[in-house]
Amino acid sequence: MAQVAFERVSKIYPDGTRAVNDINLEIADGEFMVLVGPSGCGKTTALRMVAGLEEISEGVLKIGDRVVNHMPSRDRDIAMVFQSYALYPHLSVYENIAFGLRLKKMSKDEIDQRVKRASSLLGLDDYLKRKPRALSGGQRQRVAMGRAIVREPAAFLMDEPLSNLDAKLRVQMRAEIAKLQTDLGVTTVYVTHDQVEAMTMGDRVAVMRKGEIQQVDDPQTLYDRPVNVFVGGFIGSPSMNMLDAQIVQVNGGIGAQIGDQTIALGAETTEQRPGLKSFEGRRVILGIRPEDLEDAALETDTPAHRTLNGKLELREALGSEIMAHFSIKGAHAETEEMRELAKDAGAEGTEKQIGVRDDEAVIVGRFGARSRIKVGEIVQAVVDTRALHFFDPESGMGIYDSTSPSKGAPS
Amino acid sequence: MATYEAEAPVVVRDPSEAVPARIARFATRLPVHLFLAFVAILWLMPALGLFLTSLLSPSDFATHGWWKVISSPHLATWANYANVWNNTDIPHALVVTAEIAIGGTILPILIAASAGYAFAWIDFPGRDWLFVAVIAMLVVPLQMGLIPIFTLYNHLGIYDTVLGLILFHTAFGLPFAIFLLRNFFIGIPKDILESARIDGASEIRIFLKLILPLGLPAIASLAIFQFLWTWNDLLVALVMARNTQPITVDIFSQLRQFGSNIDIIAPAAFMSLIIPLGVFFAFQRYFVQGLLAGSVK
Repeated sequence: MAQVAFERVSKIYPDGTRAVNDINLEIADGEFMVLVGPSGCGKTTALRMVAGLEEISEGVLKIGDRVVNHMPSRDRDIAMVFQSYALYPHLSVYENIAFGLRLKKMSKDEIDQRVKRASSLLGLDDYLKRKPRALSGGQRQRVAMGRAIVREPAAFLMDEPLSNLDAKLRVQMRAEIAKLQTDLGVTTVYVTHDQVEAMTMGDRVAVMRKGEIQQVDDPQTLYDRPVNVFVGGFIGSPSMNMLDAQIVQVNGGIGAQIGDQTIALGAETTEQRPGLKSFEGRRVILGIRPEDLEDAALETDTPAHRTLNGKLELREALGSEIMAHFSIKGAHAETEEMRELAKDAGAEGTEKQIGVRDDEAVIVGRFGARSRIKVGEIVQAVVDTRALHFFDPESGMGIYDSTSPSKGAPS
Repeated sequence: MATYEAEAPVVVRDPSEAVPARIARFATRLPVHLFLAFVAILWLMPALGLFLTSLLSPSDFATHGWWKVISSPHLATWANYANVWNNTDIPHALVVTAEIAIGGTILPILIAASAGYAFAWIDFPGRDWLFVAVIAMLVVPLQMGLIPIFTLYNHLGIYDTVLGLILFHTAFGLPFAIFLLRNFFIGIPKDILESARIDGASEIRIFLKLILPLGLPAIASLAIFQFLWTWNDLLVALVMARNTQPITVDIFSQLRQFGSNIDIIAPAAFMSLIIPLGVFFAFQRYFVQGLLAGSVK
């Protein structure tokens, strides 16, 4: 067991592309670290550098106390689970799991013991004699896990191990892997593009974008205090509504004006974010998470200036809750980060909805299931002002302290 | 990602299918079946003629022609075979041929498999150019090499040896063998090899434990081609040897200016034909489809 440390590590391809740019990351012994980001953000490259499958162009990579920059994969004492599982097709499940142990010249009894222990842990006892082709996707995934855990390595590396499974199985395996990791206590680096996986599994999560680490924190901090607009938009599902807003004076305090509506910000908000004061009269990016909006009809009291009114365009009933898409006067924040996130989500450009005027923006609220709102009607949504997020439109950084936070990851 | 599972369409016969329907289907397919049978017989004709000839005494063959056996089976005799086996050096020639063919198959495949792996999966400077050079060798006709290599063999003292013949066949078999195996190996999913590397396997182990078993279909087909080629070679053996005579040369030497020893040639030729056929069937079972199924995805 060991810690893994990136010290100013970069990966530069011959054509000059910096797939990974100057990343610093310390992964503690036994920690479950998730690298998350949209496709092409360099997370897999970073993982492959730890595995020794990708050369390190700059910087130092340590596993334990050893610098492993030029150490071949087989000497690094790591195990990797591939997205494709990469099972050996001509070998039985047993031999697949035993493969790494046989190479270590381990005694037959010891191999047998370890394989049996791993197989019972993963529920593979009945399949040991089968070839991979005779297994289901979930079983193949388990074999890949088994192959990693029998080696008892210093670190596990996992490259999107669940992305080939169907949704239901993915949720189940997600929990299993997380539990397995806690039980074994082996340092794990886990790569995914799925922020739900990242949030549910990681002790800490590193959000990456364009080869750089944006923020490394535990999931809750990531959710509560995103360091910039990219992290804010990436974490959370459905993602944060990003609106173009102006900080204005309201009744002696300050408020955020979106189009023709103003939300008053309580003392709590200004205390938490002293930096906001200096933005008075200036434009900011206002982030409202869908879960911080609620149908006013379901709230006992609706304080003045804490609501947004709009016309309901679309109502998605999920049973436990209702996704209300409603249009308000105003505009979405348009930054490069936003476009990138939209593209990653599969949308081209920003999400303009049919039948919505140019000076209107559609925002999503997550309403209680008892909400009786109807499409075409005006909805009144209460905003939880304590949970609002503010970002500097120039730098994209979150507005917290009076001094704007420095770029990069707070450790 | 490419699919490695090539599943043959399975024709499921419904047992409850009505008899008229079956007859109708048989009738529609009949012309095709007849045509295929005709082609098969046409193709088999030379081999069949050879076999029937080998069963006739020279006088019967001269007076009736080989098809006589079909109408008068009592003419058939194994005497020619017994004679060839006991009284000629054909058995020895078969042994020599086997030595040449086995050596000339195993050696190039071993070399080509290592080279194919390196060309496919090991990054070394000049790899692509070297591979282009190998491909270029494909167009060099064997006949061009005869005289230079003849001279070379004389200097080396391996003229008229089994080794010399094996080396010649190896040299001219390699370009195609490397080309074929490299192209097959490159289709093996990269993840498997990377996974093995992380599991602690060295390149040589990856080669022995993964590449060779996974490359078996390609290696088996290559083995058949190379074996047939070296087994049936006449030209190279004629030029590079005098006393080391494989079966082809031996049969060839039975031809005289006036007449030929058909009672030796026919059984010898048939024996020489049956062995590669056996090799083909032995290797055929390695043409497994979907060998890589289940490894990735």
